[in-house]
Amino acid sequence: MYPRQFDYVAPSSLDEALAALDANPGAKVLAGGMSLLPMMKMRLLSPDMVVDIGRIGGLGDITDNGDSISIGALVTHSEVAASGLVQDHGAALATAASWTGDRQVRNRGTCCGSMVHADVAADQPVAALALGATMVAASSGGTREIAAADFFVDTLMSALEPGEILTEMRIPKVGAGTGSAYDKLGRRGGHTDYAVAGVAASVTRSNGSVSAATVAVTGVGSRPVLAAGVADALVGSDGSDAAVEAAAAHATAGIDVLEDLYGSVAYKTHLAQVFTARAVKAALAAAG
Amino acid sequence: MSSTSVLGGVVRRREDPALIQGGGRYTDDVKLAGTAHVAFVRSPFAHADVLSVDTSAAEAMDGVLAVYTAADVEHLGSLVAQVPVGALRPLLNNGTVKHVGEAVAMVVAEDPYVARDAADAVDVDYDALAAVVDLKHSLSDEMLVHEDMESNTLISWTGPFGADADALAAVKAGIDEQKSRDDVVVVSQEMINQRLIPVPIEPRSVMADYQVGYGRFDVYSSTQIPSALAGAIGKYFGMALNQVTVKAMEVGGGFGCKLNVYNDEVLVAFASKQLGCPVKWTETRREAANSTIQGRGWIATATMTGTTDGEILGFELDGIADMGAYSQNFTVAIPFLGVFVGSGQYSFPTHWKMDCVTTHTMTTDAYRGAGRPEAAYYLERVLDMYARKIGVDPAEVRRKNYISASEFPGAVSPMGFPMDTGDYETNLDAALESAGWSGLLAERDAARAEGRHVGVGIATYVEVCGFGPSGLVDLGFSWAEYQMPSAFNGSSLVRVHPDGSATVSIGTGPSGQGHQTTWAQIVGDGLGMDVDRIRVIHGDTEEAPPSIGTFGSRSAAVDGSACYEATQKVQAKAARIAAHLLEASEDDIEFADGGAHVAGTDSSVGWDEIAKAAYQPHVLPEGMEGGLEAHAIFSPGNATWPFGTHIAMVEVDADTGDVRLLRYIGMDDCGNVISPMIVDGQIHGGIAQGVGQAMFEDAVYDMDGNLLSASLVDYILPTAVDLPSFELGRTVTPTDINPLGVKGIGEAGTIGAAQTVVNAVVDALESLGVTHIDMPLRPQRVWQAIQDAQA
Ligand SMILES: Cc1cc2nc3c(=O)[nH]c(=O)nc-3n(C[C@H](O)[C@H](O)[C@H](O)COP(=O)(O)OP(=O)(O)OC[C@H]3O[C@@H](n4cnc5c(N)ncnc54)[C@H](O)[C@@H]3O)c2cc1C
Repeated sequence: MYPRQFDYVAPSSLDEALAALDANPGAKVLAGGMSLLPMMKMRLLSPDMVVDIGRIGGLGDITDNGDSISIGALVTHSEVAASGLVQDHGAALATAASWTGDRQVRNRGTCCGSMVHADVAADQPVAALALGATMVAASSGGTREIAAADFFVDTLMSALEPGEILTEMRIPKVGAGTGSAYDKLGRRGGHTDYAVAGVAASVTRSNGSVSAATVAVTGVGSRPVLAAGVADALVGSDGSDAAVEAAAAHATAGIDVLEDLYGSVAYKTHLAQVFTARAVKAALAAAG
Repeated sequence: MSSTSVLGGVVRRREDPALIQGGGRYTDDVKLAGTAHVAFVRSPFAHADVLSVDTSAAEAMDGVLAVYTAADVEHLGSLVAQVPVGALRPLLNNGTVKHVGEAVAMVVAEDPYVARDAADAVDVDYDALAAVVDLKHSLSDEMLVHEDMESNTLISWTGPFGADADALAAVKAGIDEQKSRDDVVVVSQEMINQRLIPVPIEPRSVMADYQVGYGRFDVYSSTQIPSALAGAIGKYFGMALNQVTVKAMEVGGGFGCKLNVYNDEVLVAFASKQLGCPVKWTETRREAANSTIQGRGWIATATMTGTTDGEILGFELDGIADMGAYSQNFTVAIPFLGVFVGSGQYSFPTHWKMDCVTTHTMTTDAYRGAGRPEAAYYLERVLDMYARKIGVDPAEVRRKNYISASEFPGAVSPMGFPMDTGDYETNLDAALESAGWSGLLAERDAARAEGRHVGVGIATYVEVCGFGPSGLVDLGFSWAEYQMPSAFNGSSLVRVHPDGSATVSIGTGPSGQGHQTTWAQIVGDGLGMDVDRIRVIHGDTEEAPPSIGTFGSRSAAVDGSACYEATQKVQAKAARIAAHLLEASEDDIEFADGGAHVAGTDSSVGWDEIAKAAYQPHVLPEGMEGGLEAHAIFSPGNATWPFGTHIAMVEVDADTGDVRLLRYIGMDDCGNVISPMIVDGQIHGGIAQGVGQAMFEDAVYDMDGNLLSASLVDYILPTAVDLPSFELGRTVTPTDINPLGVKGIGEAGTIGAAQTVVNAVVDALESLGVTHIDMPLRPQRVWQAIQDAQA
């Protein structure tokens, strides 16, 4: 596990970090290092420079913006899982964070890093999709906002451009009647390890029926992806178990399900449906 | 044993403070000035002709000291195997490579990063060939793994042991004859006992320091067999044993994968001698997966024939075992260990056959349990299927077919092996009681009534370990080429220093078994000396008398017995000295509380005084030599045969196939117990590894011979999160083959666990029609088995 030679800088301001990225097109941002370092050690990635953003002030907080919550670039999985704000407005994300890796990984890895890394089996990206999160990307040219739905481009590929740093992720605050949940089967069984299949759901109930729903599936395709068919079937339904199960049948509609060491296409398709039903039911229960 | 006996008392492991505070010294921690570092160029193909190896770009890189290819080391020969059947591993291969990860060239550089860069710059041109990976394909000989061999089948082990073809056919005919009876059922199942990758926390690491001008080697290695490695280095470099010192410092787990002399160890020594500087190599995890031995890898059909009321009339096993590409230390001998326990603790006729075949994959060899977990798995799985078929409590079917306690001593297993001691029924009863068997079944049934899929599994085992007997040497298990004539003996040297402290030097090579504690307990008990006054030196061939090392649950039974006997000798001499100093009779001397006492009096003398006298011959009894130390070699007359009963309770989520282990009860019998905490620790780790095989671990090769699970992302190990708190108990049936009455316990947990878990899962899915699922019981497998059963 010996990476190729690389330069390392640890700037103390965002501007310096952005300047370092501009000056080194082959540079990579280092946050918690839980994914970047293994990839470098296996020589799957060999950046000429590593720009460590860990010493930049102001990126480590979860803040209440009134109508949304910001999760800064250095906020760890543990902090997301423990945050009352996140639990109240994005339970799916808090749960996904609490089931990410092991304690060491949760104490070092960052939520934003997980977004940028865009692993096909990662937990939190689907929660971001289901919650309608917005990614805030900074570059020397300014900042731009990217909807979660546009962020996960392909396997290990986000919409972030070279020279950009994801400074925060925002999730909208929700009111009564809206709830979210995440459920998954981990690779080692239970909720542990990357998802063989995982589903995040956010639903709003009004006047006895489902008025809004967003459902996203991880682990089954080439990227975390919205299950639009499920949402369509749910909206307008009474949210009964039968309605949820019928909607769950659409879990992988339009998704190119890929087999891996942990599941065949048939199994993953089945799991996506099982966890869609479970996550939606839990979200409905939370919505009250 | 003395009145202050610490044997059997709870003593905390003395090695732990250093290990848990980060102070433990491992091979990779050794830093010598001017050390060069190695990286290997390894084949990415399972089977390929090497057309050319161009080292020029690598050699030209800054900091590269040398790049060696096969031509540089051919004169040293290949590795040797204890049972020299099959192809032997070349140190480097520039001919036709036979598995992914085979070493093609070696780069030595000033630092490990440069070495890695340079290894990547070595340009090897391969012509890839088709690979033999599947065991049945290999057995067919349609394609040969080694073109110069006549068959892929290297050897076939059969049981009963020693039976010739006629006798084997007679056993088979005897069983077959019963099959047509009206009151007889026959249950047969093909099962895979999958390949596993041993994953010690500390990867293998070796550092060789050839001392220019002195003509000596110091070799540091993370090995379980320091004496054998010293012998090997002596052989390859034409050096006397007294010119080679091997030090195995702390070794962070081995499980058998460090029970080999590896080509990298020889190559690192070669480079050190060539370059005249210390040379070090530490494997990466990916290298460990591809180039350190693996375990298991069997496919076999198990058949149980018995009456409808639970009397078993015969057990048959017929299968294929995967040896990988080359035979290393014990490779083809591993399935032979399965023959030893092929009939378990039962008395029914057994017919057993395993064909050992070669494939284009990494070599297999000893992995915790080595042949015994596989054998026990097949037997206990099909026995369970049989019990289910006839509808009799699986515990009672086992009880009904045990070799009875009254047959000991003198019991001979149906496989033809004399066994030391055993009382299987008492052990079974203790396990059933500890688990609350009938309550457990009621709890299961109540859960089922709620629609949950809960299952209970039981399995019992007998294993064979504590190798010995010394006579194995005559069966061909000697390592004569590595200058190990003493093979399966144990040895120990106990020395009392002039200040009354003591050192025990012993030839074991522990990798976490707690030898710092156990040997000190044995010596302390014999000498009435506080364990804090006793230093233990192991894993150092300069200090310790030769022994074959630590594996096969042998250290306590064999080297521990040598330690005991050396202690007895020192005690006897010390008693004479004490009697002389106290003017008492030698027969009245007892050792306790840090010295010698005259029984029934308050007359005593401390070890400081006894030791001082021992080193002043003029004050000793007339004719007595000075000094106070003794050496003992213990030559065991048999192996030991521990046994036990394991019970598991599981719950399966039938929608996802997810298995949760709810309870695990172990009732093991390893004879007398020296250190309960260490014994329990061994069982804990053993069970975890057995559960690992049952539920998680799988060395998956594709049909081209690529190892798909070569990183710890995809090779799933059991962790504390996945395991319940084990409920352990024991029965104690001492062995009569060694003075301590101890049997081995290092592997027992692993030997008992996998089938226990699988039996429980199959029980949970009984109502869905599932009768068998191959390991590992990962969710997909379990779900698929349910789908198949429902189809
Ligand atoms: C043992 C282990 C188990 C794991 N188990 C799971 C699991 O069960 N589920 C799961 O989802 N994940 C799992 N992970 C992955 C882990 O959660 C991710 O590694 C982590 O979220 C990435 O965050 P990081 O801060 O460590 O990112 P880094 O490793 O530092 O970076 C990852 C990538 O993102 C880029 N990057 C990071 N932050 C930014 C930023 N702010 N702006 C721009 N680019 C950025 C880096 O350049 C790099 O390409 C596991 C990892 C390990 C090591």
